[in-house]
Amino acid sequence: MLELKHICYDVDTDRPDKARRILSDVSLGFPKGTVTVITGHNGSGKSTLIKLIMGIDKPTSGRILFNGEDITDASVTERALKGMTIAFQQPVRFKGITVRNLLDAACRKTCTTGEACKYLYSVGLCAKDYIDRPVDDTLSGGELKRIELATALAKGGEVFLLDEPEAGIDLWSFDELVSVFEKLRDKTVVIVSHQSKILQAADRIVVLNSAAQPVVGSRDEILPSLTDVGAPYCMRGGMATE
Amino acid sequence: MEKLDRELLEKIAELHSVPEGSFNIRKNGERLAANSTEEISIVQKTDKPGIDIIVAPGVKNKSVHIPVILTVGDFTDTVYNDFFIGEDADVTIVAGCGIHNPGKGKAEHDGVHTFRLGKHSRVKYVERHYGEGVQGSKRVFDPVTNVFLEEGAVLEMDTTQLGGVTFTDRMTDAVIGDGAKLLVKERLLTDGEEKAISRFRVLLKGKDSTCDIVSRNVARGNSRQEFYSDVVGENSCFGHVECDGILLDGARILSTPQIDAAHPDASLVHEAAVGKIAGDQLTKLMSLGLTEKEAEDAVIKGFLH
Ligand SMILES: Nc1ncnc2c1ncn2[C@@H]1O[C@H](COP(=O)(O)OP(=O)(O)O)[C@@H](O)[C@H]1O
Ligand SMILES: [Mg+2]
Repeated sequence: MLELKHICYDVDTDRPDKARRILSDVSLGFPKGTVTVITGHNGSGKSTLIKLIMGIDKPTSGRILFNGEDITDASVTERALKGMTIAFQQPVRFKGITVRNLLDAACRKTCTTGEACKYLYSVGLCAKDYIDRPVDDTLSGGELKRIELATALAKGGEVFLLDEPEAGIDLWSFDELVSVFEKLRDKTVVIVSHQSKILQAADRIVVLNSAAQPVVGSRDEILPSLTDVGAPYCMRGGMATE
Repeated sequence: MEKLDRELLEKIAELHSVPEGSFNIRKNGERLAANSTEEISIVQKTDKPGIDIIVAPGVKNKSVHIPVILTVGDFTDTVYNDFFIGEDADVTIVAGCGIHNPGKGKAEHDGVHTFRLGKHSRVKYVERHYGEGVQGSKRVFDPVTNVFLEEGAVLEMDTTQLGGVTFTDRMTDAVIGDGAKLLVKERLLTDGEEKAISRFRVLLKGKDSTCDIVSRNVARGNSRQEFYSDVVGENSCFGHVECDGILLDGARILSTPQIDAAHPDASLVHEAAVGKIAGDQLTKLMSLGLTEKEAEDAVIKGFLH
């Protein structure tokens, strides 16, 4: 169980004219064995929330608990070793580091070519074409996103934080992507997404809204309110807030 | 061969034993072992120290090893090596020098290399410089590389200095003919009080000549690096120079790329970027479970690869 308790996140606090509250008193729980999809309009704080959970940014106030342990002050490395695994919305590019190097780092050992290829195949990449390629700007956005997901799978863990995993992956069937999440069924999976197929695969949906408390509910409760294409995240109906 | 010799040779040329084919191993200013073949002959110079390496026309897929080791202090070894590559030949040349300085003084190796590549020949030149020895000893390299590429020739230079070299001042001077290409991949790592200077001067003289110089440098500790390049395009040509530096601790990197397009169809590009390791690169690796130090080492290792 991953729990966020009264999380606030302010930016630019050192410049009063620019200071802004991105997340305001957000309390959410992510039980083991569930897939939660976080959705919400651009800038609603989805990536911020994911980064706070991973320890990349620190909340202004509030606590983060993992299996009852307070990890609010734990470093990124410590959280990674405790089982938190992130796939970034915008994967970073390196110079000289190859796909194989990243997979080795993720597995914390030297992977055999067979093992490394397994992870690449599972995200729909023809492994032999990619394994020795540098993770730099010679890779397309979609390729990079798949490699990002492959490194997350190779790392493994208990909590998977996947920030818009479908972005840039046009030609690949979403069904295949969804089947990747299905394999993580026994873990805690948190996916940021706007994609209906991915929302369909959710057990729970969280709608973030920078102006108000997040709306939380089961897929069947939330999904109908999101179908208005014109304003998918503004429909707040009479839904219960957590 | 002594154990130390073997270790140095392994470091600079990945040699575990005497190589096959043509080779010349030089130790402390003397020839230690050599072999000359019909395809690649090695001839000792008579007027000055050094050798002529003559590759017969059309020789394909052969390699020649010419490593140098220095295991004494207070010694400067200057050597003149001339490479004559026949038309259409395609060979790999593995050079490099390892210095083990056991004393307080200076051990210096200055290789003056001249490459003359015949029409449509191809050479891959791999050079590693490495130094070690007691603290306070100086390990110095001042190599000069002259390059003349005839029509359609391609020289790929892969040079690496990965530590222990207290001072280096490298100069590469090239004249590129019609349709010929010079491709340079340089890697430099300095630490402590070390200093490294690398200079390139390239004249793109021939029609459709090309040069691509990529220098990646890491400076740690209190070390200093300077990079100078000067590319002149005198014909329709393409030149690209990239100097990419990672700075750590209190180190300093100076980069001065100069380009001179002296022909309406010359296209020259230079890029230089120096700075700390990008924070998001460290974060990504830390999110895989690496410590900050491990992440830093992984970024540097990849960068210098
Ligand atoms: N370090 C920061 N400084 C200033 N503004 C920030 C910072 N980080 C995020 N923001 C702002 O916070 C809001 C939420 O960002 P983000 O979490 O990336 O949104 P999204 O829901 O689209 O993933 C955006 O308006 C963004 O501009
Ligand atoms: Mg986002």
